[in-house]
Amino acid sequence: MTFWHILLGRLTWDSLVFVEAWRNPTISEIIGGLAGGVAVLGAALLFGLITILGRWRYLWTVWLTSLDHKKIGIMYMVFAVIMLCRALIEAVLMRTQQAIAINNPGLVAPDHFAQLFSTHGTIMVFFVGMPLLTGLMNFVMPLQIGSRDVAFPYMNSISLWLTVGGGIMMMASLVVGKFSTGGWSGYPPYTELAFNGGVGPDYWIWAVSLSSLGAMMTGINFAVTVYKFRSPGMRWMRLPLFTWTTLCTAILMIFAMPPLTVATLLLAADRYLGMHFFTNDLGGNVMNFVNLFWLFGHPEVYILILPAFGVYSEVVSAFSSKELYGYTSLVIATMVIAILSFTVWLHHFFTMGQSAGVNSFFGIATMLIGIPTGVKIYDWIWTMFWGEVRFSTSMLFSIAFMITFVIGGMTGIILATPPLDYLVHNTLFLVAHFHNMLIPGTLYGVIAGYYYWFPKAFGFRLSEKWGRIAFVCWVPGFYLAFMPLYVMGASGVARRTQELFDPALRPWVIAAEIGALLLLAGLASLFIQLYVSIRQRHTTRVPVGDPWDARGLEWSMSAPPPEYNFAVIPQVSRRDPFHWQKINNGAYKPADHYRDIEVPKNSMCGVLIGLGMTACFTGLVWHMWWLAVCGFTFSLGTAIARSFMRDVRRTIPAAEVEAQHRRWLETTAAALPIPRHLEMTPENEGLAKWQG
Amino acid sequence: MRRDFITYCFGYLAALSLTGIAFACVFYRLLPPVQTFALVLVLALIQVIVHMRCFLHISLKRSARADLQLILFSAMIILLMVGGTLVVLFNLSARMM
Ligand code: HEM
Ligand SMILES: [Cu+2]
Repeated sequence: MTFWHILLGRLTWDSLVFVEAWRNPTISEIIGGLAGGVAVLGAALLFGLITILGRWRYLWTVWLTSLDHKKIGIMYMVFAVIMLCRALIEAVLMRTQQAIAINNPGLVAPDHFAQLFSTHGTIMVFFVGMPLLTGLMNFVMPLQIGSRDVAFPYMNSISLWLTVGGGIMMMASLVVGKFSTGGWSGYPPYTELAFNGGVGPDYWIWAVSLSSLGAMMTGINFAVTVYKFRSPGMRWMRLPLFTWTTLCTAILMIFAMPPLTVATLLLAADRYLGMHFFTNDLGGNVMNFVNLFWLFGHPEVYILILPAFGVYSEVVSAFSSKELYGYTSLVIATMVIAILSFTVWLHHFFTMGQSAGVNSFFGIATMLIGIPTGVKIYDWIWTMFWGEVRFSTSMLFSIAFMITFVIGGMTGIILATPPLDYLVHNTLFLVAHFHNMLIPGTLYGVIAGYYYWFPKAFGFRLSEKWGRIAFVCWVPGFYLAFMPLYVMGASGVARRTQELFDPALRPWVIAAEIGALLLLAGLASLFIQLYVSIRQRHTTRVPVGDPWDARGLEWSMSAPPPEYNFAVIPQVSRRDPFHWQKINNGAYKPADHYRDIEVPKNSMCGVLIGLGMTACFTGLVWHMWWLAVCGFTFSLGTAIARSFMRDVRRTIPAAEVEAQHRRWLETTAAALPIPRHLEMTPENEGLAKWQG
Repeated sequence: MRRDFITYCFGYLAALSLTGIAFACVFYRLLPPVQTFALVLVLALIQVIVHMRCFLHISLKRSARADLQLILFSAMIILLMVGGTLVVLFNLSARMM
């Protein structure tokens, strides 16, 4: 044991991708080196830019240490978008590889390809899908229920920074060491020491553990918020649908994340402590892992999809100027989906040896989920029926979702039939199916919600033109990229394949490649949309805060909302409260009297705990035991120290609240009420002319 | 205040003795293995109820209804997960024989 060995553990020069690319300059290694370079340069550029602009102080005091649910939500989304860039580029690289590699080795070596699908899958699920939706729920849900924050603002910040820590580990794996080649599900025994001694599976284990800890805490936080922090009169059956889906998602997070954490920790015990939970020998049983993983995995896909159902419910109702059709049935459908999602996990391993009886049970349970989902689709269609439908970007994505998601559901029924699953499991058919659910079900939902709530968050609207351009990329892009995969899968092409051998597949892989490029263009258009919208913000401001003539409480305050959300906590007497306030001339009124408002002070403890745990887990990956111990002690110490702090709240005096509120009311009085067909024009200042 | 104190004391003693009995059964081999196992399970279940009642203050009173609902819901999900896991793994194991 030399000093260096203790200090650096398994880390050597050779762990750097650049060294590897220098020694062995194949295209595959050079691509790896370039990716590492982009990661390092990107980070350096970001740090440099912030330093040159002198923005560290601002960033630290206004954003990073904030406990405000709105800012935490926005940070979640910014983080997720950065990760999305990486995962999408990886996807395009995989598609390019398959397009080229017909009877030739192509660009990336098999091992590199395996890292690509493993990081792509892991990132998309844990560091894109979940944070995007968590961000959206964080921002919107407290506003919808008339609350000033989530139940545990400080825990919220810890959740964020644990998740970001996982993302940092994923990024680090680009530069030092190799990521797992075991796919996003990391099945042992392949990920056990006997077959995979390197750092790859450890990166996967610890990055995923950080994310799942964060997600479980978020779940607890949101569930308690919806249970305890509703404003007076906000009874259960008056909750907006997005809040309902948030609650159900939160409950899924609470119950689904622990099996995953148990599975990854037991795998870690195998790898670090010489245990035999999932090894081939000494009584280990792989099926235990598979079972635990999918006990998490299936509810997880509903964690990724339910919030989007909530977004569509809000968007379709607002842009059709109608009350949501079948509110009660939508609520019940959401709950039924949440519960059923705990009864179907076995459909992910139909082919792994159970008896036909067990398989049929789970197959039928799976198909049952189609019923509540179908109910939802019909409800949205009936909401549009005879409504004053405006085809805004959000609405376009919602409609594209309804059509595309139904197609994905159909192929889901095929996969839920065990005999058919035996034919197409582990083929590109499956890959096509789950992208068919996740891209409309998560990404379209997030885009629709982003466009819809962006004016609320930042005070100006997004460019409609670029929204449409993005739509034209995202929707045809999806069909081009994934419909060919159904065909290839049905003809037997296995998933996770680095090289193909049948020239007849060429047209299909090329179509899929073009589709993937279109999707990349779709992401680029979203960035351009943001840039253009910021440039044009003077013509799209909506300070009054209700640009779409919408119905929930979140539209009843200025845009952007004040830190404390509501100058006075609203009293709710029916569903769609803001809509009825507007109709009965109850909106935009000063309060009789204002009170002091307490808000949580900023705290750096969340950042410190998150980074401490990241250091700890990175230490575990590289066997730098001192770092692991220091990181953990540091986090624990911070948590304990914080629990002794008493002065953690700040009071905003009533006079200030009143002044702000009255200033906003003056803006409102000066604004011109806009009929719906003018809402995309510069005249829209966020005050709707409501016609009842 | 006093009532609370008494509940906590009662809960503590009950939990302690339930644990003690379980350990004693195993240590002194008072019963054959299968019965011991069953007894330990039953004691554990009683202990769960003691914890809920004395420490978490769950009761059938109206004010605690929401808590009770949540607990029943959790119990259902755990039953689904644990029960399902047992069925699946025993099924697999039987087919390996
Ligand atoms: C946006 C465009 C996307 C493209 C072009 C894309 C492309 C791909 C490709 C080429 C693969 C490898 C298929 C194979 O095994 O041969 C893959 C796998 C995967 N993708 Fe995507 N994907 C996209 C978005 C997403 C999203 C949004 C999610 C989830 C939220 C996601 C989750 C996954 C998962 C879980 C895998 C499986 C990884 C594994 O095999 O372990 N993808 N994707
Ligand atoms: Cu599933």
